[in-house]
Amino acid sequence: MEFLDVNALRVIWYLLIGVLIIGYAVLDGFDLGVGVLHLFTRDEHEKRIHLNAIGPVWDGNEVWLITGGAALFAAFPFVYATVFSGFYIAFMLLLTALICRAVSFEFRGKVDSQQWRTVWDWAFGLGSLVPALLYGVAIGNVMHGLPIDKAGTFTGTFLGLLNPFSLLIGLVSLALFTLHGAVYLTLKTQGPQLEKLVRQIPPLWMIVVVLYFLASVATAYTSPFLFDGLFANPLFWVLLVLMLGSVAAVPVLVKKGKYFLGFLSSSGAIVSMVGLFALSLFPRLVPSSTDLSYSLTIFNSSSTQRTLGIMLIIALIGVPIVLTYTILIYRVFKGKVTLTKESY
Amino acid sequence: MNLDVELLSRMQFAMTIGFHFFFPPLSIGLGWMLVIFEWIGWRRNDESYVRIGKFFGKILALTFAVGVATGVVMEFQFGTNWAQYSKFVGDIFGAPLAAEALFAFFLESGFLGLYLFGRGKVSRGMHWFSALMVAVGATISAFWILVANSWQQTPAGYAVQNGRAELTDFGAAVFNPSTLPRLFHTVDAALIAGAFMVVGVSAYLILKNKEAELGKKSLKIAAIFGLAVSLLEVFPFGHIHGQQVAQTQPEKFAAIQGLYTSETGASVVMFAIPIDPPPELKARVEMPVPGLLSWLAFGDVHARIRGLNEFPKDEIPPLFLTFVSYHNMVILGMYFIFIMVITVYKVHKNTLWHSKKLLKVLVWSIPLPLFACQLGWIAAEVGRQPWIVYKLMKTKDAFSATLSGGEVLFSLILFAIIYLALGVLYLYLLTKEINHGPESAKEVAA
Repeated sequence: MEFLDVNALRVIWYLLIGVLIIGYAVLDGFDLGVGVLHLFTRDEHEKRIHLNAIGPVWDGNEVWLITGGAALFAAFPFVYATVFSGFYIAFMLLLTALICRAVSFEFRGKVDSQQWRTVWDWAFGLGSLVPALLYGVAIGNVMHGLPIDKAGTFTGTFLGLLNPFSLLIGLVSLALFTLHGAVYLTLKTQGPQLEKLVRQIPPLWMIVVVLYFLASVATAYTSPFLFDGLFANPLFWVLLVLMLGSVAAVPVLVKKGKYFLGFLSSSGAIVSMVGLFALSLFPRLVPSSTDLSYSLTIFNSSSTQRTLGIMLIIALIGVPIVLTYTILIYRVFKGKVTLTKESY
Repeated sequence: MNLDVELLSRMQFAMTIGFHFFFPPLSIGLGWMLVIFEWIGWRRNDESYVRIGKFFGKILALTFAVGVATGVVMEFQFGTNWAQYSKFVGDIFGAPLAAEALFAFFLESGFLGLYLFGRGKVSRGMHWFSALMVAVGATISAFWILVANSWQQTPAGYAVQNGRAELTDFGAAVFNPSTLPRLFHTVDAALIAGAFMVVGVSAYLILKNKEAELGKKSLKIAAIFGLAVSLLEVFPFGHIHGQQVAQTQPEKFAAIQGLYTSETGASVVMFAIPIDPPPELKARVEMPVPGLLSWLAFGDVHARIRGLNEFPKDEIPPLFLTFVSYHNMVILGMYFIFIMVITVYKVHKNTLWHSKKLLKVLVWSIPLPLFACQLGWIAAEVGRQPWIVYKLMKTKDAFSATLSGGEVLFSLILFAIIYLALGVLYLYLLTKEINHGPESAKEVAA
């Protein structure tokens, strides 16, 4: 990797972290969404379909988050250290939610008691809702800028993280993942459960559109620096068209019964939304709300050229292998869910 | 109230990783046992081994779930609680964690789904392959996390520049002096844990006369496997690891062996009550072989072993914990060999099945290898103190300075409650699953 200079590697790693976040948002996004929908159903059969629709794959999806966290540590350790310690209480709540969620799949079916199942339904539902909300809150705080001083130290508080702007972005991610989960479930369900989903998707979609519009307006007021030079960038227009097109396509395709294409377009919506966020942020990773010049950028918070280069080799070997067997595993489990003895 | 952020963060780290560390060794060990059972079931087309595989597969799934749930915490905790450490070592320490996620976690989690839910959906060969990938993934995970841990113990391939440790040689950092000795010793310990789980659960099935014929089959294989890995754990793996510690971390070696003053021709201390401070060994019992420790450590009965008094007082580890945990680990290691020799002998003579006492002992021995793992880990980590990275950064300089004591106290209590609940639930569901036993041949046909 000697032929790549350190700045090229920093840009590549910015993109790769973006890819990991996108992979996570698209894949775990739908199973978090299924968890949120799980809170709104009373029917035992529907609940089991939820669990088994994501049962074989949710754990692999969550690994995208772990990989993203570790890659951030390896490539931009100053961001990892500053943000993770700064978001301390928020992270502890996130971890609590993820722990409860992770065991709920395995635990729920093990004891034949309605109360027992109800406990784990809540663990699964809230364990999905809280992360879906908190990811947006985290992104909202990054868009808003964090109180970071000259030394790169976080000087804010937990309550400061819960500002109205960030909460609005939190609602966007919650609504978006819920919609994405509902569209995913159309691939996995049949009969009345499918019909119900097809009825629920248009209002869910409407909520996403309204929230996203409000969030865009709020962003223009809160963080004008995100728009600096953005409109002159052709990539912005490409992503914007992709985003509008895929968002618009979701309800149309679902209505036509083209569920797989519908799922692809809700995935496309997530990809382009995260892409737009990353593009407007670049080359900053964490803007400072104290003074924009204190921001953590890819230039002042990265690892060395050697580490970034070796990590790139690791990624180039590892990612294609992971994608290959992930696709293979998804193909094995494609189609409608049928419940058997081995099911959750 | 003035809360000590460093102390609370250390308590939280010790608790979360200690609890987590019950599960991965068991997953690795059970994973490899399943590879064996599923292989026999597939190649000999023997339905009974498939039933054994399904049964222990359920135990693996439960173990894996709690391991995953508690493991996510580990990946983030360096940043949340040890921000100064993360900034100082990020250029080196992050890469193995990322490699672990990419090469191991995806593999384990993806193929575990295929293994648990794919029976009948994929060919039998592919199904066996998914079991293999779970075991391989779990083992690769052990490799990368031990690379990271070993680098803390015996850092290599770096230079301190620009106020942090920067990577100069990736190969040297990955294969630092303690990586391979620690890897073999730890992975083999995990295999022991898996073997004892299968042996103990099988013994229980035989005792309760629940699918006892299946229990006999799985017990036989696991006992032979368990004997082999228990022997290997002491020699060569434990021996090599001990020699490496003697050479690379003499303070730790002195502490685990209870050598307070330097000795030539040192013998092995078998038992003692360490009092600290000032360092003193009460009721010391030595092995009656002069120079044994010197010979074990350096291959020379006259070799001089440095005692703790040779090192600066503020650079030696706490004595009681290191000494006691190391010695109890060794005692357990000897016990594993002893009990497996008897078991294999009785299996060979076909008399084990009626020996209720021994079967009961085997059932109660299930958690012991996991305790040995904990003890070994305590000896290794506490023995490294006061350093978080040996000779490079002290633990007291590593925590997140921006945190308040109240915040860490809150998370510590939160995790204590959650982990206590998880531990209780795990044991409850595990015993329920074991009591339920494997599917009968009738149920399989249904």
